[in-house]
Amino acid sequence: MDIYQKLEDKREWAKQGGRLSEKSAKLLEGKVFVRDRLRLLLDDEPSFEDGLLAGVEKGVPADAVVTVIGSIGGRKVAVIANDITSKAGTWGYQTFIKITRFQQLAFDLKIPLIYLVDSAGARIDEQKLCYLGRRAWGNIFHNQVKFSGAIPQVCVLFGPSPAGAAYVPALCDVVIMVDKKATAYLGSPRMVKMAIGEDVTEEELGGARMHCALSGLGDVLVQNDEQAIDVAKRYLSYFPSSYAQRPDVAPTAPKASPVNLGDVIPRNQNVPFDVKILIDALADDGSVLEIKPLFAKEMVTALVRMGGRPVGIVANNSKVKGGVLFNDSSDKAARFIWLCNAFNVPLLFLQDISGYMIGSSVEKAGIIRHGAKLLSAVCEATVPRISVMVRKAYGGGYLAMSGAPTQPDAMLALPTAMPALVGPEAAVNAMYFNQIAELPESERAAFIARKREEYGADIDVYTAAADSMAVEAVVHPNELRDELIRRYDAYSLKRAEAFEKRNPVHPV
Amino acid sequence: MKHIDSPMAGTVWKIVKAPGDSVDFGDTVAILESMKMEIPVESSHSGTIAEILVKEGDVVDEGTVIARLA
Repeated sequence: MDIYQKLEDKREWAKQGGRLSEKSAKLLEGKVFVRDRLRLLLDDEPSFEDGLLAGVEKGVPADAVVTVIGSIGGRKVAVIANDITSKAGTWGYQTFIKITRFQQLAFDLKIPLIYLVDSAGARIDEQKLCYLGRRAWGNIFHNQVKFSGAIPQVCVLFGPSPAGAAYVPALCDVVIMVDKKATAYLGSPRMVKMAIGEDVTEEELGGARMHCALSGLGDVLVQNDEQAIDVAKRYLSYFPSSYAQRPDVAPTAPKASPVNLGDVIPRNQNVPFDVKILIDALADDGSVLEIKPLFAKEMVTALVRMGGRPVGIVANNSKVKGGVLFNDSSDKAARFIWLCNAFNVPLLFLQDISGYMIGSSVEKAGIIRHGAKLLSAVCEATVPRISVMVRKAYGGGYLAMSGAPTQPDAMLALPTAMPALVGPEAAVNAMYFNQIAELPESERAAFIARKREEYGADIDVYTAAADSMAVEAVVHPNELRDELIRRYDAYSLKRAEAFEKRNPVHPV
Repeated sequence: MKHIDSPMAGTVWKIVKAPGDSVDFGDTVAILESMKMEIPVESSHSGTIAEILVKEGDVVDEGTVIARLA
């Protein structure tokens, strides 16, 4: 055969994947073929592909993974994409060599790395070469950890990622999961049945919805492959190519229909308020991308643009569980803060917080440990950071939400703000407990009401915050968006560096 | 049988729905008082209330069944 024809044939064979086999074609039902996913993801055809002819000798096209460099929005990215049609996307020897080489390349080029995951996991018949040694599958995780925070690492989970492979999504910055297709679990339903006798479906055990709503492994739940790729592209637009750069500032326009926030934010502090209304009003139109919208909903974490500049928002949502901080909400916020801080995305905290949850069940579950993790992430953050007291700002919750003692660049307050160590109910109970007990029962209610009113007047934002200079400014809510845009513009001049040490001892 | 559970620990402040009322997903069935906030207990299903299992003033835990649907 002509040597050039031979090259052409081998390349064609590899690019075809395993689609010619009926069994493999079935794995692709309701999904987009790996090379078509790349077409949806990238601006044009890839700049180049490495390792296309790997696996040719053992008859596994590309050894079940496609590795390319291409562009998204004119910026270079590296992509590692499993091919489910080629031996079910499993990891063999050449697969992990290709994956680890591309991880290193993305780091060397300081460009984002995208994992398009759709893989039945490790190939048991290749374990001797791939499992135990210094050059083995585990190098993939080692690289993910080493490069974490240096370059963005995005995981789109289109299908399975079982057992060890489940750590690929877990070690990425963000995980986008396709509903009813993506799964991740350490032991399969069959293994679970065998080992512990539990009967459970794949969807219940490690389905996309479970991970996005309950375990917190998933960040964004989408309905199909196309949506997943759209979200990945949108997500990357908020981030620079590496920690050494700053995110792009997009062109901006005034809000099409500004909301009168003075009418929207409830003045009765006990009435829940959906903070997403405030976020929409502060962000550029159409710029809100919520991270983990289905998980620990009492805390909202969202990437937005304000005046074109990417900002990460951390907000208490008193519409869900009163906006109280729980273990999961602390974890959610802490991780989001680490993400934004790693890649120079400024932070905005919106406080409406009556505190950390109390009671024996959360104490046993380690609310102090988890709360300390959030406090630690806040205190470590060196990107421009602004906190706004929207309504309640009580106790430890106020500190964890980037209160003034944690040294934000600015602590602002709205006239609806209510800063205090504790609210009037608890304060009066604590301060006058004995006196209340000594009063005749008929006089107690009136006494308590009077003392609560006095206390409430005393924690008014002007006496407690403005005059004592705990806040930099008290702002009308309708002025807040412009105030924040001007402040982020100024604070962007800040060049904060961490002081030298090996690593903090993180509470987790 | 479908049921509606308390989202967190607290005290039942108000019962909003009664047996026989129909509810949609997201409708408020009761309101708790917890951590100085009013916490709505929202229906996780659509259906008709068969039974309310708590009364105003009751102390509930996270996961306590508030109502059953027919």
